[in-house]
Order: sequence, then structure tokens, then C-alpha cells
Amino acid sequence: MKSRRQFLKISSLSAAGLVFGGGLLETFADNLLKNNQSYFKGPYDFARTPTYCEVCFWKCAGWVHKDENGRIKKIIGNDDDPNCNGRFCPRGTGGVGMYFDRDRLKTPLIRTDVRGKQSFREATWDEAFDYIASKMNKIKEEHGPECTALFTHGSGGKYFGNLLKGFGSNNIAAPSYAQCRGPREVAFLATFGQGINSPENTDIRDTKCLVLIGSHLGENMHNGQVQEMSDAIDKGTTIITVDPRFSTVAGKSKHWLPIKPSTDIALLLSWMNVIINEELFDKKYVEKYTFGFDLLKAYVQPFTPEWAYGITTIKPQQIRDTAHEMANAAPAVIVHPGRHVTWYGDDTQRLRAVAILNALLGSWGRRGGFYNPEKASVPHFHLPDFPKPNKNWRDAMGGKYKLADLALASGVCQATIPSPEMSCSIKGWIVNGTNLINTLPDQKKTIAAIQALDLLVVVDTMPMEITGYADVVLPECTYLERYDSLRISQGRVPSIALRMPAVDPLYNTKPAFWMARELAKKLDLLQYFPFETIEEEIDWELKQVGSSLEEMQRIGVKLLDREADDLYFGEDEDVEFNTNTGKIELYSTALEEEGFDPFPVFTQHPEPDSGFYRLIYGRAPMHTFSRTANNPNLTDLMDENSVWVNPKVAKVWDLKNDQYVYLENQDGVISDFKIKVRITERIRWDSVYMVHGFGHADKRMTRAFGKGVSDTQMITNVMIDPIMGGTGMRGNFVTFRFDNKKAEV
Amino acid sequence: MAIDTKKCVGCSDCVVACQTENDVPIGHCRDWVVEVMDGTYPQLEIELRSERCNHCKNSPCVRCCPTGASHYSDGGIVLVTKNECIGCSACITSCPYDARYVHPDGYVDKCTFCLHRVKKGMQPACVAVCPTKCMYFGDLDDPGSEVSEVLKKRKYKTLIPEAGTKPQLYFLI
Repeated sequence: MKSRRQFLKISSLSAAGLVFGGGLLETFADNLLKNNQSYFKGPYDFARTPTYCEVCFWKCAGWVHKDENGRIKKIIGNDDDPNCNGRFCPRGTGGVGMYFDRDRLKTPLIRTDVRGKQSFREATWDEAFDYIASKMNKIKEEHGPECTALFTHGSGGKYFGNLLKGFGSNNIAAPSYAQCRGPREVAFLATFGQGINSPENTDIRDTKCLVLIGSHLGENMHNGQVQEMSDAIDKGTTIITVDPRFSTVAGKSKHWLPIKPSTDIALLLSWMNVIINEELFDKKYVEKYTFGFDLLKAYVQPFTPEWAYGITTIKPQQIRDTAHEMANAAPAVIVHPGRHVTWYGDDTQRLRAVAILNALLGSWGRRGGFYNPEKASVPHFHLPDFPKPNKNWRDAMGGKYKLADLALASGVCQATIPSPEMSCSIKGWIVNGTNLINTLPDQKKTIAAIQALDLLVVVDTMPMEITGYADVVLPECTYLERYDSLRISQGRVPSIALRMPAVDPLYNTKPAFWMARELAKKLDLLQYFPFETIEEEIDWELKQVGSSLEEMQRIGVKLLDREADDLYFGEDEDVEFNTNTGKIELYSTALEEEGFDPFPVFTQHPEPDSGFYRLIYGRAPMHTFSRTANNPNLTDLMDENSVWVNPKVAKVWDLKNDQYVYLENQDGVISDFKIKVRITERIRWDSVYMVHGFGHADKRMTRAFGKGVSDTQMITNVMIDPIMGGTGMRGNFVTFRFDNKKAEV
Repeated sequence: MAIDTKKCVGCSDCVVACQTENDVPIGHCRDWVVEVMDGTYPQLEIELRSERCNHCKNSPCVRCCPTGASHYSDGGIVLVTKNECIGCSACITSCPYDARYVHPDGYVDKCTFCLHRVKKGMQPACVAVCPTKCMYFGDLDDPGSEVSEVLKKRKYKTLIPEAGTKPQLYFLI
């Protein structure tokens, strides 16, 4: 058991450093009080100001509270918000740290040295916009407007998107697709004619059996889902967790299946085998709604639990027992599709297997399975038509990945690296709120693409690694200092939420709306920004749905009525699915048309060489990707990652707890920094585990610099999903090193 | 207070919420999370607990305080009167739960069960924020309170009962 002092030692800086740090922060605030009165006053005379959180994509709505001096004190969840039910997660509660972080970007910067060296001069906004506009116009003249792209992950994306579309390009990508949830969307679209989207339409609240495959709910703090899972635990719901690591939720599960990594499809096929052969599937549902059952039945015959045992190391009896658990709970069962699912390059097929299993159990469209979500339809002000681009990033893909329903960030990156086959390589990037260096796997490739650019503009609140490569850095104010477009979430009930500034922006920082509009002025694209201020636009939109800015400023969140009473399928209801056959496609005609296997096929993936261990990465509940690694409140909880090592492995390498080591991967890449060893039974002997988002290499992030290892740096082998271009990242193997010297050549 | 270890996911939201609610300086905390793991792969068990001052009925910290700064307040909540505390740290040494720390301003600080909130009819910040709703706070002397009810239904334990401090923090197991 850890005492409190040990906990502090493990999860924070040294005690002395901490006291010092706390003191500094106060001095900082005192100075602000003296030097910048507007920081405290501002025009916003609200005891509490509505916002929705920007620390992760769940976008929980809450209230920002200030103290008697007008200083931001705390953020509390909005009771009326279905995404959070009045309870923020640690990252949302610690969101105040984004505002108080002294390392924030403070003023526009223009690069003065080669890309990658953090050498900048401060610039005025006007200078920065002139610089960007002249470069963009030059790209347009020389290569065409299509040779520009936007990467975005964050609320300001809409406005930069309109700017780019107005300019004449539709290369707009978010790494949340090809690097994260893309395969799941494609698989569920192919099966049910409908994606999962966000927040997930999993009816955990009412489920009787929750099956998690590599999904570590509770460590990934997807707030609403964690809350519902906790309620489900209270009600005695059966949880089945499949994970090579004893995750937090594995510790709360009735069945933990410690699977050999990369073999999940074999397990899923054997579950289908048991459920079909023992006639445990929902016969009425399968007959009425699905296509291809007989073919599926024939297909899964070889995949017995005994067959799967040899592959997955999961005992046949355990496979049967868990299949029975699911069938007993059906249709109130969820084989959870997960969220970050780009693992081995056959991810769409693995998620197809998940979808098929759900279909056999009859859980799609049923209480306790998957509900039919609804999103508020808030009209947008009609903009003039965007020019039609003549080409885009897909041209560089050679006709591949047609089933990708959104742009691939990795595809845009690929289309930026010049090659003789391509008519156009992309010459200009705007990167909004996503640290591509730590987001896209294969850093060498990302940097090669960046070096081929004529223009790289980065919009961020923090000096993330990507800003070090930018020609122009535009400092955005944090979400606590700005309006953004309305949050329009899907859910059981459609909802809208407002974000408004609680305080004036610190430093010389600005919101995305203002930046995009000012750039539009320079580029002669003001017709795509008909409203002078974002408040006017939001107010116009709200009035279309019977609300107003004034009302939302008071209530923060508004629930709208569902248009139809169709949360679940009715008894014997006829349902038309948006697939080729109009049915739930167990046998996928869409995949077959594109030349892919209509049923998921298990393939063996490479295994680590002797002395190497599969690198598995995941989340910690107090951090979001790499974006929170410098947040003072959240680094206080966890300021570095550690590498989890099984005691057997530690013995072989003579590793001690808390010892620091370097890692080297199968391609000879040695980590920039050291990582702390955590010896624990919670990880298999053939794998190591670390939390994603650490090992920051930019010195301007003083709390995060050099803390732990970046898993992204170790991910150089990328297994591309042939169906939709997802970047599988779990095929990397690392070994331990006690120094970081490169081998002599 | 009762804390359900079966629901806690160890996210530390209680720690951040306490820090922002009570202006606890970064680098210090009034509550914290403990993870206890037992077993050998793959036969493993894990317990997660959000810990804080146990507001003991027989508090060594109150007994040993030379100035009377540490005292029992409303409903048995153990508090420190800031301006009576001389920062001698005797209480820190006496506490078997390590629940106290020296505030940079020189006095000893600890969990107050958010008495300022409780007086207004609100829950302590950690209880109100917890995404898993794993904490129950209320009057243990009232048999009808939620916390009394949950203790009637569930198995529970206290920490280091052998210290004889009569801790008032119950962990549901």
C-alpha cells in the first residue's frame, strides 16, 4: 500500500519543487493583479459563466466560477447537461490550469530560422495575417488553392474550415479519424448503415452485460460513459474485459480475458461460433433485420473456442462462459466498439466482427444495447457556395481508402510529400489545436511532409512541438476566454450548449473566429463570414431553435425535444437500414464491392523478437492526449509516464522499480528521454505499457519537457488499414537501454 | 463518509476539485488516491480508494495539539483554526493516515469535509464532482441518511482500526 507521501513522490515533482512551483504561481497571479487590471475585470459580470469543456472531445457543459476578485476559481459541471450530469472529470475540473499556465503562447510569432528550431520573432497580428495571406495567394497562383490543407481538433475548426473551403480547398482532416475512431465508423456503417459517432450511443445505463475489448473505460475518462458504467456496477451489471493489461475496469469485471495482443479477431470469431452453434442468437431479430446469416454460419464453423485458444491463450471454457453471459443478457448487452481502435491495420475488420456480434445478440436499437441517438438540428446561416476544388488529397491515394467517410490526416500528410506520380502536392497547412508531431505516427514522415511545405500556420494555446515547425504561430486564447460555435451533441435527448468567455483573454491572444475572419479580410473572402462577431452568429442560430444568446448565457445547456419517439426499435417494427440490402449486413456487400473480405478474417500479426516487447499505450484519467502534459493542475497529479513491466521481464533485465531507462524500438529508434520503470503484475510478459502523451521535446513547455517517453516517437511501424487508411500503431516492439548513445556505424 | 472502492476508478477528480474549491496550493493535497494490487498475473485484484482525513472520533491530532488549534467542530468534523496554529507539526506526526500538510503560509492544513459547503446544504466538493458517484456523505447518527443506509447494506472497512482512532471514513468493499 502506498502512503500519502509515497503517492506524492510518485505522482508529482519532488516535494521541494512543488512548494516552489506553488509559490511561483501565486507570484505570477499577484503580478497580473498589479499589471493587468482588465484580467480581473472584464465585461462579464456573471457570478458563473457557462462554458463547455475543451480539454477533451466529450465537451461537457459547465459553469466557470470566479472569486470576489474576478479571478477564475473553479469549473463545475452543469446539472442539466446529459454529457456530464453536473460532474466534470479531473481534466475538466483541472481545465483552469490551461488558463493559468505561464508557458502559454502569448503573442503571434514568425519564424526566423529553419523549421524545427524554435527561433521566432514576435509579430503583430496584422503582420502575421499579411504573411499568411501573401503565402497562401502565392500557393494559389503557383499550384492552385487545392494545395492547402487544414488539420483541426478543436472548436475553432469550423471557422478555419470555412476559410479554407472559401479559398478553394476541401483538404480538411482531423487526426481523430484515421488515427483513432475511423475503423469503427466504417465498420458500423458497413453493418448497420450508421456510425457510432460521439458521444457513443451505447446504452450502458440500462445494460446487463458490458463487453470491453481493449477499451479501458475509467482510464479513458469519457465522462458520460464512465458515469453510466458506475451506475451499472451498482446494479450488478456483468462486465467482461478483454485486455492484455489488467486495466482499472478489468479490476471491476466479472471476467477478465488476458488476451495475447493482436488476436482479438480470433476471439470474436469464436464467440460467434458458440453463439450460432449453440443457437444463442436472437432468432427473430436475425431473421427480420439481417442479411447473410447462413453464409456467416457456414463461415464461422472452423472457429471453435479450441481453435481460438491456441491463438488467443484464452481457455475454451472461458470463451464459452463469456458467450453465455452475453446471450443471457441479450438484447441488453453491449459489445463495446471502443474509441481509439487503430491497432493492427485490420481494424475495420475487427470492428466489423464487433458489429456482427452485436447484431447476433440483437443489441443494436434495443434498450441496454445501442440506442438511436438524436442531434439537435440547428440551422446554419446560409453562406455563398464554396468554389469547387478540382483535386484533393485523395488523388495521392491511388484510388485506395474509398470507404473512408472522412478525410485522413495521415492521407493529407502523405499527399504533402512530393512524388512524381502526383499532380499536386500540398504546399500549405493550417494546423488548429492538434500537435501533429505527437498525433500522427511515424514522426519522420510527418517532418518530411512539413519540410516540403511553403507555409505552415499553427493555431494553439501552448507551444506544442508542432509550433516549433511553424512559419507563423497564432496564439489562441483558452476556451475560458472566448466564445465558440455552439456544442451540438448527439444523445438520448438532443442538446445544445454555449461557451462564452468568463474573463478577457490573457496576453495578446485571440479566439479562432476572430483570427479566421481577419484572415478572410486579407484573402478577400469576407462573404463567408457574414457576421461581424461570433455572438451575432450564435444568437442568430439560437433564435432559429427558439432560444437566444441571452437565454443560453443564463442556462448554459438546453435540451430540445426529440423529433421522433424512436430511441429503440419498436416491437416487430420494420426498420430500413442504410446499407445496400436495406438490412443489417452480417455479410458486407459494400466491402465485397471494394474487393475486401465480406466477413472478418483473422490474420497473424508479427510478434516481438527475443528481448523485445509489444508497445501498448493508453490513457490516464487525468490527461488528454499530449495536450494536458503541461497543465499545472494536472501535472500535479501525474507529471510523467512510466513503462509497465511484468516482474518476470524485470528479473531478466535486472530492472528495479522507479529506475529510469531509455527505450529502443525495432527500427533502432532510441527514445529522446528516459522513462521510469513500473514493475507490475498488471501487464503481460510479452508486452509493455505506457500512457500516451508524454516525453515532450519542446523546452518552452517547462513542466512537460523531457518528462517520460513519447510513445509516438517509438511508433515507426505503421500498419495501414487497406479498407479506410487507418494507421495501426500496435505493431511496434521496444527493448530497454541504459544509455541513449547511438550505436557506432 | 463512505467510499465505494468497487466504483472508484482512481481518476483523482476528487483531488483537483478539492484543490480548486479550497485553494489548496498546487503541490499539496487534502485528499489523494491509493491503489492496492494483489495477486499474480492473471489472478489479480485491485482496490482503489480516495483517502483523506478520517475525522476520527478519538483524534490523536486534537489530543496532541499544544494550542488547541486542532479541534472537533460541528458534527465531529476535525478542523484546524489557522490563526491558532503555530505550525509545530506535532499533529502531522501523530496522524496515522498522513492526512495533514504544512501550508506554505505556515499553518497545518487538512480536509474540512468542506464544512463551508455542508453548512449551505451542499455536498463536499469531492463528493459532488466524483464521476463515479462513489462517495456518500451525511450524518452517521441519522439512521435514515444515505450514508447510514449504504453502510447497512454493504460490507465495509476502516483504515488502521488498530490505531484506536475511531475513524469516520468507511470504505465499501
